[in-house]
Amino acid sequence: METRTASEPTPMKNRTTSERKSARELVVTRTINGPARIVFEAWTKPELFKQWWVPKSLGLTLLSCDMDVRPGGKYKLVFKHGASEPMAFYGRYREVTPPSRLVWTNEEGGEDGSVTTVTFEEQGGKTLVVLHDLYPSKEALDAAIASGSTSGDMNETFEQLEALVVTLK
Amino acid sequence: MVQYKPARLDASFAALSDATRRGVLEQLGRENASITALAERFHMTLTGMKKHVGVLEQAGLVTTEKVGRVRTCRLGPRRLEGETAWIERYRRLWDARFDELEKVVDKLKRKERGNGDQDRK
Repeated sequence: METRTASEPTPMKNRTTSERKSARELVVTRTINGPARIVFEAWTKPELFKQWWVPKSLGLTLLSCDMDVRPGGKYKLVFKHGASEPMAFYGRYREVTPPSRLVWTNEEGGEDGSVTTVTFEEQGGKTLVVLHDLYPSKEALDAAIASGSTSGDMNETFEQLEALVVTLK
Repeated sequence: MVQYKPARLDASFAALSDATRRGVLEQLGRENASITALAERFHMTLTGMKKHVGVLEQAGLVTTEKVGRVRTCRLGPRRLEGETAWIERYRRLWDARFDELEKVVDKLKRKERGNGDQDRK
């Protein structure tokens, strides 16, 4: 993909891509209009992080957000969806290298949790963000996909099909 | 990449509209099974189960293979499409997230530049 430095008054929205890179890896990419230093700051300061991590379209409320951003430091995010029980997501930061790299574990799922690596690569005032989720095995990633899509309930499969219909248009 | 055809999608919806067929899919999600085993599991005649499996096969949700006298059923190529759909949903989540991140970054950029003396609400 080629990035040109255009100075249009209304820049095109940057594209987000997602891909299952291998049996164990998911990769998401996106270019953000801003220097890596600032993107990194927005990712590592809780008061800024809270402003973007839970987009309204998700229908989730962020109840609490604790982040001790340093190698070995813990984080814990608690969400609530409608009237359901709150869900907690937690783990530890493994690497914190400003402004280019952040690695954390996802431990809420037990031993089969993934390790997330985010890299920030600055090019001409913009930052390419590459988010990389590495699962311990193919089975673990398959299970993550399955639990997020079927969970033994075929209503979810209908949702999948609906999502498919949208992509057909 | 699998070609998506509307007719095929209809077939999927039709296939999933039946509780037994949904059960069969769930079962095959755990392990492959012969038509005989499925018929027993769902207290059904062999002919009845063959029909259900036929509908699922038509929709691409199940594939069957006959080895000797046993026809084994497993989840079909549709499963990949399920994964494709999931990855697309995952992309959309991140797309929405990154849109919000971009707004935060933009605010910080403006603040740094010192344009606009104060952050407006």
